[in-house]
Amino acid sequence: MADSGVATRQRPGRIGDSVVRPDGREKVRGEFRFSSDLPVEGALWGATLRSVHPHARIKRLDVTPAWKIPGVEAIITADDVPGKSTYGLIFADQPVFASEVVRYVGEPLAAVAADHPETCRKALEAIIVEYELLDPLTDPERAVDGSHPPIHPDGNVIRHQRVLCGDPDATGPVVVEGFYEMGMQDQAFLGLEAALALPDPGGAGVELHVATQAMHEDLHQIAACLGLPEDKVRLILAGVGGAFGGREDLSLQVHTCLLALRTGRPVRVHYGREESFLGHIHRHPARMWMRHHATADGRIIKIEARFVLDGGAYASTSSAVLVNAVTHTQGPYVCENAVVDGWSVRTNNPPCGAMRGFGVVQACFAHEGQMDKLAAACGLSAVEIRLRNAMRTGDRLITGQVVENVAPVERCIRETDALPLPDEPIGGFGDDPMRLPGGAGLTADRGHIRRGIGWGVAIKNMMYSEGFDDYSTARCSLADGVATLKFATAEVGQGFVTIAQQIARTLLGVDDVQLDRIDTTIGSAGSTSASRQTWMSGGAVDMACRRVRERLFEHVGRMWSVDPIRLVVDGDSVVDSSDSSRRISVADATAGQRFEETAEYHHPPTEPLDENGQGDCHTAFAFVAHRAVVDVDPELGLVKVIQVATAQDIGVALNPLSVVGQLEGGIAQGLGLAVMEEIVMQDGKIRNPSFTDYLLPTFLDMPPVVASLIEEPDPRAPLGAKGIGEPPCISVTPAIVAAIRDAIGKDLSRVPVRPQDICL
Amino acid sequence: MAEFYSLRVNGVDREVVDAQLGESLLFVLRERLGLLGTKGACEQGECGSCSVLVDGELVCACLVLAAAQSGRDIVSIEGIAPAGVSTDVQQAFVDAGAVQCGFCTPGLVMAAHSLLERIVDPTDTEIREELSGNICRCTGYGRLVEAVANVAKTRIALGGNRG
Repeated sequence: MADSGVATRQRPGRIGDSVVRPDGREKVRGEFRFSSDLPVEGALWGATLRSVHPHARIKRLDVTPAWKIPGVEAIITADDVPGKSTYGLIFADQPVFASEVVRYVGEPLAAVAADHPETCRKALEAIIVEYELLDPLTDPERAVDGSHPPIHPDGNVIRHQRVLCGDPDATGPVVVEGFYEMGMQDQAFLGLEAALALPDPGGAGVELHVATQAMHEDLHQIAACLGLPEDKVRLILAGVGGAFGGREDLSLQVHTCLLALRTGRPVRVHYGREESFLGHIHRHPARMWMRHHATADGRIIKIEARFVLDGGAYASTSSAVLVNAVTHTQGPYVCENAVVDGWSVRTNNPPCGAMRGFGVVQACFAHEGQMDKLAAACGLSAVEIRLRNAMRTGDRLITGQVVENVAPVERCIRETDALPLPDEPIGGFGDDPMRLPGGAGLTADRGHIRRGIGWGVAIKNMMYSEGFDDYSTARCSLADGVATLKFATAEVGQGFVTIAQQIARTLLGVDDVQLDRIDTTIGSAGSTSASRQTWMSGGAVDMACRRVRERLFEHVGRMWSVDPIRLVVDGDSVVDSSDSSRRISVADATAGQRFEETAEYHHPPTEPLDENGQGDCHTAFAFVAHRAVVDVDPELGLVKVIQVATAQDIGVALNPLSVVGQLEGGIAQGLGLAVMEEIVMQDGKIRNPSFTDYLLPTFLDMPPVVASLIEEPDPRAPLGAKGIGEPPCISVTPAIVAAIRDAIGKDLSRVPVRPQDICL
Repeated sequence: MAEFYSLRVNGVDREVVDAQLGESLLFVLRERLGLLGTKGACEQGECGSCSVLVDGELVCACLVLAAAQSGRDIVSIEGIAPAGVSTDVQQAFVDAGAVQCGFCTPGLVMAAHSLLERIVDPTDTEIREELSGNICRCTGYGRLVEAVANVAKTRIALGGNRG
């Protein structure tokens, strides 16, 4: 963005440079401390007892046998929660510990603190729980049709939202429809849930070191459950080993604090992988139906759609995920008429909530399947059908909201199309079995392998919606040539810490930018989610730094007796733009001085949807296109993704190296959803809660990515840059599935695509 | 039952006191010896985050009992480079943008060193195959492959000198 306060950009580490992470060296050396790396002298271990049934009445919960085990220091249940007994990001409907009823397998019943993890395990085994089994609600359609009694006082429908737009009776000569289904995906961040709680003397307060996405969202919920004022609960961000939405809700936070307050000793709680699958929310499984009406030349006239999202036992963010799904029904295409009905419902399956893409992943899989059906019905290519319907800035969504952001949908498609296809022949170069679908261990027959190409294009909202004021706060201080930034923005691996330093260096002409501890002693930064931190916390850091720079210019202006408006930052100095011989380094100008400013960045207000799904509910939008090339062995049902091409609307590449990392990482997660990742549920139980059975993409599964970064600065974004985290994982999934369909000619409607879906 | 044994870790004999014999090498490195650089993420040898070298061989520290490693030479991430110095692999990871959350990183650094010891000039497929026991959830592997390829190229250009 044009900035009249900076003359040139000549020193490294500024906006637009591929700056390396400030924590990179510590991380490669194993010196970076994650939330699981916080041993404290005298700390106890905590562990959680969980329900083994999806729906049952608790007839008896007897912890006394566990007290007989030497080394046990505390056992707590629902009776020991001093404050609010429930929590939740939107509705506080989830108990800290189940008391009368358990509603999903894995629901916490009690927690213990002891001297060793093994003692904890024995203590949990010793606790007696007697259940009266209740009929579990595991089919979300039974929540929609009301045929199952309520499993929670709040009822079985978390939210119903329709979107009605234009003429409900509009139709056209071409009509295509399809059912689509998505399995439950796990965030599978590598850094397992872990926390350390340190109690204040006398239990007056507690300090929690935790890996989270949202410091203040955690704080509000934790303090309420502990029955403590918020200033008595201090959160410090411990190193976060990935998040992807899975740390947006509370997991072990309240339990860890309660155990520390009860024992008066530091307590560490670490989940194992199986417990992590039980202990955090997942991506909503979805059943979707869409019917597109179009002109003979493929222009969309009307879309009808129905969504059912399985929210699991508790509300989490299900209501917001649903709004994202129904409001993204049309995808990045013009559509004037729509009839959309969506439900997010409560079942006795594991709670679902945020995961990268947040409802739009589901909608996109369906609308992109529809675009391919439409293309086939109209005799058009996958590219042409999408170009013909591509949305532009100023177009109106089915919610009535006008897209005011830069909307280079056509450019995303054309630039993706222009990227080279892989030169690798079908089955790979030479006779290396590693290049075959399934690799060396399986026996794909080179002669049977078929190649396919598929497309996916997406629109994704950024920031929170429906009236949430998810502002961000940052403080900048400048003294003796060193800038220091303070914010509560959760760094989860995405690289906000790098961007923040780049902003300060660019605006203030300093090389040394220190980052203060990320904690709750400053105002909220909101959540690291919804592709929002570059925009929101970047906006707050930008604003704070600009205010500090004004103070700096005023100070230098007084020294030189010139109007501060004439001053600019040039390299590491402040210069008089009317007399460039007058120059002072920022270090000299700030010697013995200290300028400090705090800023809050708010995005423009949004509004809730009305009952017909109308309203300016979203803050901003970004766009992306993906093209996938796959090799498939149709007899064995094996898929190898050969290449993914993408062009993404990013506004400005603040750090090109980071952008590429986000694109490739998101694509890997979308690939996982397309062909391998699913939490397999049976009667309310997770059948594969381990990395042996929940398959994640490895080095060998991930193809080369060819990318085009579309840089059209968005005037509505504080730095011109859009959020880039979510779009990469959204339309790559339908692109890969479309490529498999193209290869084998089958109508695949469910992800992940399993071998039996291909070969049977 | 509390026991006493010693482990040779990063060239130093370390006494392990009051340990239970069932403890994994991962647990003992982290919780008994304070070597927190080795990470645990799956506890069943699927993700490679806990990779260490035992007598020069890459192993998942979560899968082996600590007490059974007595008398063997264990190298963890803390011992892969001298204090204050980074290896060429470590530096390449930082420079190539191969680090995001960083949780898988120490294990991948160990695996990459092991790979480049055995295969001086690996192909793209060899890099992917050799490192496929290490899961990274953030990066999509592209920058990691580039980092390892860069190290191989640089080592060959330098005629075998190690950074």
